[in-house]
Amino acid sequence: MFGTGLLQGLAVTAKNFAGSFLVRERFVTTQYPEERTKLPEAYRNFPFLVSESHDDPLGTLRCVACQICEKECPPQCIYIEKSRDKKPDANGKMQIYPAIFDIDTAVCMSCQICVEVCPFDAIKMDQVFEIAVTNRFDGLMLDKHALAKPNEYFHSIHPTEAAEVDGRLAASRRAAEEKARAAAAAKAGAKPAVPGPPPPTPGAQP
Amino acid sequence: MSLFDAAPFSAPTGPVVRAVHDDFHGDLLEVSMGPHHPSTHGVFRMNVTLDGETVVKLKPVFGYLHRNHEKIAENTSYLSSMPYTDRLDYLCSMTNNWAYALAVEKLSGQAVPDRAEYLRVILAELTRLLNHTCLAGFLLQDGGASGTPLMYAFREREKILDLFESLSGSRMMCNFQRFGGCRTDAPDGWLAAARRLVDGYGGFLDEFERLLTGNEILMARTQGIGRLSAKLAVSAGVTGPMLRATGVAYDLRKVDGYGFYPRFDFRIPLGADGDTYDRYMVRVLEMRESIKILQQALRDIPAGPVMDPKARLRGFRPKPGEAYGRIEGPKGEIGFFLISEGGPSPYRYRVRPPSLINLTILEDLCLGHSIADAVVILGSIDIVLGEVDR
Repeated sequence: MFGTGLLQGLAVTAKNFAGSFLVRERFVTTQYPEERTKLPEAYRNFPFLVSESHDDPLGTLRCVACQICEKECPPQCIYIEKSRDKKPDANGKMQIYPAIFDIDTAVCMSCQICVEVCPFDAIKMDQVFEIAVTNRFDGLMLDKHALAKPNEYFHSIHPTEAAEVDGRLAASRRAAEEKARAAAAAKAGAKPAVPGPPPPTPGAQP
Repeated sequence: MSLFDAAPFSAPTGPVVRAVHDDFHGDLLEVSMGPHHPSTHGVFRMNVTLDGETVVKLKPVFGYLHRNHEKIAENTSYLSSMPYTDRLDYLCSMTNNWAYALAVEKLSGQAVPDRAEYLRVILAELTRLLNHTCLAGFLLQDGGASGTPLMYAFREREKILDLFESLSGSRMMCNFQRFGGCRTDAPDGWLAAARRLVDGYGGFLDEFERLLTGNEILMARTQGIGRLSAKLAVSAGVTGPMLRATGVAYDLRKVDGYGFYPRFDFRIPLGADGDTYDRYMVRVLEMRESIKILQQALRDIPAGPVMDPKARLRGFRPKPGEAYGRIEGPKGEIGFFLISEGGPSPYRYRVRPPSLINLTILEDLCLGHSIADAVVILGSIDIVLGEVDR
């Protein structure tokens, strides 16, 4: 009979209308500024730079200014200038560091490719999304002061990934120490010195 | 006659365009519909010539969203193009990623682990559910049912997007597939959440169909409207649900058998008339088949790595050669054609966008129908302007 389809449809909308007041699992609205939904661990928006120490985030950046992320960044939003001097890194090896490290978050498209290509686990994705500014040019251009955040912060937003990264770094540190010991032993045995440890292979990150 | 017989592309068989003015009729009215028109699904313009309310001529104009995707890809590394493919058809980033990854894997002869293949099938079918659900909602919105079906559709879409977000970190710009596998493995509980969603999806479809399929207004607005003949569809290169609604059984999941699709038991729904209602019905039935595939894939997914250990992200230089990777996206055949000269970036990079090629027959569908039907027909073609204009 003509109209039965319409009536069926009306029954569906009526059920949904009632359900939106009565069915518990349909109360999905979060009253945002007062309440917050928990972000999934994988959530990403803009990158930040990981540093080892909470007290001196700028001095202990893992970044060695290799500029791989700058080259691979699809929208080319990263700008790096290498330092002229060297500082010891976490393994005690002398490394250059970024004199300038800028990310233009107005250009960044949050694709996470810088994170994947970084061989030093120095750049990771942040989860801060309340970043509205009134000056879209300087306010969205983040320099290394704004980007540097300690490893504890990384642990607080991506616990699984951070634990995995820490394990990997500790393993490479142990390998470096063993190699240094072997080199020292070899030197004592009057053999030519073995060169320092190579950096971890690029692209090994899952 | 086989439907695949090469038929020369014939002129559209709509009503003859009459003179601009004669003594009996008034003037023809030319309307520029779009690019800023809410019914055109983005920045798309139709130059419509109207006789009263009847369309007598229609010229699609596109290119307002052109972003030079293909030329950019020829100047960056293979990996750097991957996030740009998300932005082609921004509803279906997972299938776009897969098609591009498939092309590069063919180019470089890369193998993919079993678990990654299963994960890809799961994500592609979830994308199909998401796309078709949205489309059915939008179709009714175009017909004038302001809001209700679209809100129901978006409610379910949000659940799938939540899954994508907890897996890839982003709701729509997933950037998840890589050459030689997937970027990460599914986190704890993800597969269980996907199973729950898939098990509940049939119920939602039942409800959605109760609202729409038998609805007399919907039937009046869509049955016999925008009829596409199988011959024209095949000769114009139309693919996807548009083609299957005309009765041509052509689905790359069966034809190519890419990925692990031959392992799954599913059927290809076909339409008979090729009108707007058939295009809607084919999509609904396809969703039901997708649910079947998802249930099998989520049951059988093996443990193991999701990334080929030999896969390289950086310094990736395939041997000189060419490859075309194509998959059955929700909108049709999405393909990427690559030519490598052995360098770090492709010499030539070309996208075969299903939306654009399905859109080319818009005039043939709209001639003789009213302008309000032209909006419904455009909605049933299922375009995303990000992919049309690239």
